[in-house]
Amino acid sequence: MSELAPEGRAFTKGLGRGDRSIPQIMLTDAEAGAAEFAGSDSRSYNYFEPKKRRATKYEDVTLDVQPDPERYLTQSWILGWANGDLGYDPKWTKIQSSDWHAFRDPNEEWEKTIYINNSNSVRQVTNAIENAQSENVFQYWNKSWLPIIAKHVSAWAHADYGIGMYVFLPAQRAAPTNMHNNAIAVNCMHKLRTSQDIMLYNMELMDVFGDEFDGEVHKETWLEDPSWQGVRENVERLMNAKDWAETTFASNIVFEPLVGDLLRSQFVARFAPPHGDSLTPSVISVSQAEFTERDLNYTRDMMTEFLEDETHGEENKQLMEGWLEEWVPYSMQAAKGLEPIWSEPEVQPVSFEDSFEQVKNRFEGILSDLGLRVPEGATR
Amino acid sequence: MARKSVSKAHAKIQELSWEPTFVEKDPKYKTDYTFKEGGQKDPMKQVLQSYFPMQEEKDHRVYGAVDAAIRGNMWRQVQPRWMEWQKLFLSIIPFPEISAARAMPLLTEAVPNPEIHNGLAFQMIDEVRHSTIQMNLKREYMRNYIDPAGFDITEKAFSNNYAGTIGRQFGEGFTTGDALTACNIYLQVVAETAFTNTLFVAMPSEAAANGDYLLPTVFLSVQSDESRHMNNGYGTLLMALANDENKDLIERDLIYSIWNQHAVVDAAIGTIIDYGSKDRRKDRDSYAEMWKRWYYDDYYRSYLVPLEKYGLKVPHDVVEDAWRRISDDFYHHHVAQFFATGWPVNYWRIDPMTDEDFEWFENKYPGWYDKFGKWWEHYSSLSEPNGHNPIAFENTGYVYPHRCWSCMVPCLIREDTIMDYVDGQWRTYCHKWCHWQDTVAYREEYKGRPTPAMGKMTGKREWESLYHGWDLADIQHDLGYVRSDGKTLVPQPHVQFEQDKMWTTDHCKGIEFQSPNVLLNEMSDEEREKHMEEYKQGFTINDTL
Repeated sequence: MSELAPEGRAFTKGLGRGDRSIPQIMLTDAEAGAAEFAGSDSRSYNYFEPKKRRATKYEDVTLDVQPDPERYLTQSWILGWANGDLGYDPKWTKIQSSDWHAFRDPNEEWEKTIYINNSNSVRQVTNAIENAQSENVFQYWNKSWLPIIAKHVSAWAHADYGIGMYVFLPAQRAAPTNMHNNAIAVNCMHKLRTSQDIMLYNMELMDVFGDEFDGEVHKETWLEDPSWQGVRENVERLMNAKDWAETTFASNIVFEPLVGDLLRSQFVARFAPPHGDSLTPSVISVSQAEFTERDLNYTRDMMTEFLEDETHGEENKQLMEGWLEEWVPYSMQAAKGLEPIWSEPEVQPVSFEDSFEQVKNRFEGILSDLGLRVPEGATR
Repeated sequence: MARKSVSKAHAKIQELSWEPTFVEKDPKYKTDYTFKEGGQKDPMKQVLQSYFPMQEEKDHRVYGAVDAAIRGNMWRQVQPRWMEWQKLFLSIIPFPEISAARAMPLLTEAVPNPEIHNGLAFQMIDEVRHSTIQMNLKREYMRNYIDPAGFDITEKAFSNNYAGTIGRQFGEGFTTGDALTACNIYLQVVAETAFTNTLFVAMPSEAAANGDYLLPTVFLSVQSDESRHMNNGYGTLLMALANDENKDLIERDLIYSIWNQHAVVDAAIGTIIDYGSKDRRKDRDSYAEMWKRWYYDDYYRSYLVPLEKYGLKVPHDVVEDAWRRISDDFYHHHVAQFFATGWPVNYWRIDPMTDEDFEWFENKYPGWYDKFGKWWEHYSSLSEPNGHNPIAFENTGYVYPHRCWSCMVPCLIREDTIMDYVDGQWRTYCHKWCHWQDTVAYREEYKGRPTPAMGKMTGKREWESLYHGWDLADIQHDLGYVRSDGKTLVPQPHVQFEQDKMWTTDHCKGIEFQSPNVLLNEMSDEEREKHMEEYKQGFTINDTL
């Protein structure tokens, strides 16, 4: 039923069935461009400076959502901590910045990309396992390799879990901008998802191999195997550290390149194929790619922003070099501690020394890109 | 992943946790609660391998609807009255969402239960989802609605506006202070279990009735994540209840959370739902009816009260006081009147009420016209610039209110106002429970027990004091609430789009703005007592201007 509204515009009256009523549909002509007046063409967020000429969608949905008394938060934080710290306190890191808001996540992660990227990772792992099952590739595996997966590949899940749950989850509470915290939050989910990927892969192998695969030995390995105690110590020390920038640096610039890369790309990727296993490297390569292509990427940009700060760059450099002095020894100890596992598999395509040389060179390259000095003697 | 295998997978991932031995645990975030190890399970059995694809599918539906709204030009049928209030609502809500993400480590550090930690990690990334999906929704409104001004300054305006600050505590409250107070009771047990129903279910239904089907699409997708979050909160609450030493703190935190969120959320959402709608069908629920259904019956009676058997001391009087303010004392109607009084320093437009609105209000809230009708008639007659001042500065009889030090909503139910000398200054509170929040709850001890982890109320809590003695036009420039021509205001007391009907800073020059709290502190003791006595007696709106 149509009639004329008082304004002279057509509308349709809402008619329900019986006692029900339904809202009217009214044509309001409230679309963009329907009238011209001051501000009617102001169709982009105008309170921040985009990195490039036009703001990206990532910038639009991320910037200034976490406010800052240094920008527009005129009443400041209205809740603080018992010790007098502000709600978000720049003192929570020793890093200093003349513009905390300059950082942009090079991965431009926001909700849509987070779910697309992680779902693709899930699919990649799931498809690899399903294809292996349908082709029954497991029959070609060298059975001596199974305890290595059960103990050492699976033990790595604990490292990912510890860093995801107790390093990156707290760190994403602490930084002074949404850009830092969201990038760290995505990193947190990568680690937690990978830890679960490994556990679920372990569960699949229990189904495939039955008693031949010990699905529970990974925890004992993590807690008691001497080869793993350096890794565990490094992870536990990261879990207890409080400076969010320091833990992000020590995890992604030191621990992952020296220890994570070593296990994933030098041990799993190179030792599995000679034992007939091309599946485990496929599963692990997903997290290796996430680290090298995404998590290292944002961390490098974040740290570069601090190092190139016109006012505080030099102090930040000294600070990071201090962090290297503190954390490289733990990660060196962790990496070197893993040496015995290079001797466990039946086929040994590469020596620990050669493997370690590879990751050490890469680690030094990352530091060199950042303009940071490798602590003297630290990588010997 | 099939349901059966999800259960199996969930059991398997429990093998991931361990107790550190190389370091002595030093939690980053502290609590005054005490816990025994272990305890509650996660009945939702969350595993990331099923979670990410499920959420991706939900996203497909949301973004499909966004595309459909743009292609179908939904904005031809949205009500400007409704869209204008979204400039306020959608400026606030992404911050509480991201704050909820930031809050999760408070509990992973404070609560010794890895199974619950797993659920909290899911919640963290859910909340990142909610915040950015809502920012994107607002971006579409800015690009497609007739008047983008206000959307275009959204996060800046949220940061520097009095209403943004009121909303901000519904976010800062999640992240700061005692880990259990903030993340469990304030966020999960009260905000998510109680108030997401009014925020994310009642709001969408009203949006749809006003021609906006994008907001329901986004917010119902958001709400579909909330049951997992409520479940996280329930498990932690039961762990806390298992220890008798926590019972006083739980009681304190429930009083604070229930009252503060009533004051803040009902102020904003009650106003938006009742005053932002053009749908005046008699059988559509008012905010009070929604509150009764979603909060009083579903949350209070069906969720909180049954917890008494586990030893929870439910603050019945606080819930009843909140309900009384909504049902009998016209709480959010006073707030709507205040928002409309303050329109020159808003960043959204407020549409005048019409005879049809009056009839609906009187029907839903008997006695409404006697209290508010005349004032809204004045608002309407003063809505177009015509040589007069904005309504706040015309002689309507309305008395600009004091602000509540705790909830930062003004003291609008005048007779409930409490004045007290606290921490070296005179402060006003809108109700005894807000007075209690500042003077009892947010202190170093509670019922004789030290509470070193409790947060502090900080910041410049009375917005008006930032601009005491300023010229109104200078305030508007300072806030950035001026359009691209350098003088037309972003806020308008109407939803007309003809340039000659729009207010500019020229209309506001020469008007001095004052802070009630600064003035209160400048008064002699005698003047102050007399002033407060008169204030509590209320005001009478003049029949004519």
